[in-house]
Amino acid sequence: MSASAKKGLIEVSDFCLSYETLDGAMSAVEDADLLVRPGEFVSIIGPSGCGKSTLLNAVAGFLKPTRGTVTVDGEAVKGPGADRGMVFQQYSLFPWKTVRENVEFGLKMRGVSADERKRSARTLLGLAGLSQFEDQYPDRLSGGMKQRVGIVRALATGPRVLLLDEPFGALDAQTRQIMQQILTNLWERLEISVLFVTHDIDEAIFLSDRIYVMTARPGSIKAEVTVPLPRPRDSTLQLSPEFLGLRAELGALIREESLKAMGGELNADALKGLAINLNGANLSDVI
Amino acid sequence: MKHTTALATVASAKDRFARATEEPARAGSVVLRPPRVPHAAPVPPRGAAARLKRWFRLNKGTIRAILLGMLSIGLFIALWHVLTVNRMSVYVRFVNVPSPEQVLESAEQAFASGRFFDHIVISCRRILIGFSIATLVAVPLGLLMGRYKLLREVVFPVSEVMRPIPAIAWVPMAIMLWPTNEESIVFITFLGSFFPILINTLHGMSTVDEVLVRAARCLGAREAATFREVYFPAALPQIFTGLTVGMGVAWVSLIAAEMISGQFGIGYFTWESYSLVQYSDIALGMICIGVLGLASSFAIRAVGRIVTPWATRH
Ligand SMILES: Nc1ncnc2c1ncn2[C@@H]1O[C@H](COP(=O)(O)OP(=O)(O)OP(=O)(O)O)[C@@H](O)[C@H]1O
Ligand SMILES: [Mg+2]
Repeated sequence: MSASAKKGLIEVSDFCLSYETLDGAMSAVEDADLLVRPGEFVSIIGPSGCGKSTLLNAVAGFLKPTRGTVTVDGEAVKGPGADRGMVFQQYSLFPWKTVRENVEFGLKMRGVSADERKRSARTLLGLAGLSQFEDQYPDRLSGGMKQRVGIVRALATGPRVLLLDEPFGALDAQTRQIMQQILTNLWERLEISVLFVTHDIDEAIFLSDRIYVMTARPGSIKAEVTVPLPRPRDSTLQLSPEFLGLRAELGALIREESLKAMGGELNADALKGLAINLNGANLSDVI
Repeated sequence: MKHTTALATVASAKDRFARATEEPARAGSVVLRPPRVPHAAPVPPRGAAARLKRWFRLNKGTIRAILLGMLSIGLFIALWHVLTVNRMSVYVRFVNVPSPEQVLESAEQAFASGRFFDHIVISCRRILIGFSIATLVAVPLGLLMGRYKLLREVVFPVSEVMRPIPAIAWVPMAIMLWPTNEESIVFITFLGSFFPILINTLHGMSTVDEVLVRAARCLGAREAATFREVYFPAALPQIFTGLTVGMGVAWVSLIAAEMISGQFGIGYFTWESYSLVQYSDIALGMICIGVLGLASSFAIRAVGRIVTPWATRH
């Protein structure tokens, strides 16, 4: 690896995971390989149901691969732990704890003294612009604030990697953009690796160093795209030709997979009715 | 794209409206409105009188509820008075029912003698012991049953069969089981409150959001910490619902037990008054039970509100 002492190398290889159902084993992810280098920001995009959450949950340690390996810094993942922070799609703050107590939780689990906990929580909350709200209970916060607290909470223990599963999915477009900026800032300051799941192409391009595109279920890696855009990035970037070109390319890839994912439900007539344009391609070519 | 904006020249809303109707916005153009001139902030009147007025306005709902509550109790007593003083008898016979004045009189006598007070103290002590033991057993058991499926599968069938048996049906069995009368009464009080607390704790455990458990694990919480920091607080509001219901049932069971067996307690007092033809003492005992039951539920709700400050008030 590189000469820097940074940690947070995620390696997923030959990954297969199937869920046990009444109809037998249902394969969710098949033969996925991916890599997140220390300090890198990597996104996974793919059609709904392709196994993005499954893959992320395996890195978090909630699911065991049926085959293949998941390692973080060379160590096999055995279960959830504080070295891998996670932000969930649903709001997951503890309603009985104030904002600051939520952020302190990981440090408390580690036995850090109350004073020290308070100090680090305050620093992080300040970075995320949440200082005024530290004594509020979560039900008083807006959705964007809740997710910001969720990110700060996951970062408070100083994890080597941060895993995010569509964390901004429930937010409006403007709030989303601001949240992306905040996440970028935190990532740059803390120098950790990020594995970010989304289905929003713009979001993936704006945030990432690299993007993995997944196929329809059973999901595997269809493409790997390096984002050549320089940092720091701001919202005007989204009008640049490079951004738009990348977006069109990724869009085409995902569209293909989304159609495949719906293949069972759609035929040529249905597509006509839904006014879906195949850009001259034959349906059978696409599916 | 070129667009002209008339900024700051608009004097009033009327004027602005006139302009807007004169030149309708062209499609695709951006028409900026002049910045709004803020209204002068109203200065709140000062002084004690004004504060008092505001206090009344802010607490209007509560004040109304208290006044109506007093009115309804007053009406109830008035009706009671009319029915008993006139010795009404329309199928239901109020001939022997004591009037409010008679009850007040016997209350004065009862409290003066001190014996009545002893009955109250004894009943309260039985409630306290029975209810506390029920809480100390049912809450941890419910938490563990909620967490460990095996324990739940073993204990739940037994508890489901026992639950519908009213505590009063336990009286003969309790007398056989326990060496002293006192213990059997406490046991019945315990049984009455045990099941509501257990069932509600279990229910509270079943509503714990799985994503919170996952979040705790990701932050390094192990089994014991997850239990303490996630499951327990998540179930706490529901536990307090169980405690409130359990307290109500504890009183029902206690009074029944005291009426059937025993020589002390407010239930015994009420029943004895009937045997001694002390009709106004019957009503006194009943009112006492009502007030004590109400006060204890109230106390539990108050504690519940203090220990679950995050829960929204109903
Ligand atoms: N517990 C489970 N049991 C059986 N099947 C499951 C289970 N969880 C997920 N699946 C299936 O596995 C597939 C992948 O699920 P996953 O949640 O990883 O998808 P996803 O890519 O995150 O989708 P989305 O974008 O909608 O969140 C889906 O088809 C889903 O139906
Ligand atoms: Mg998902």
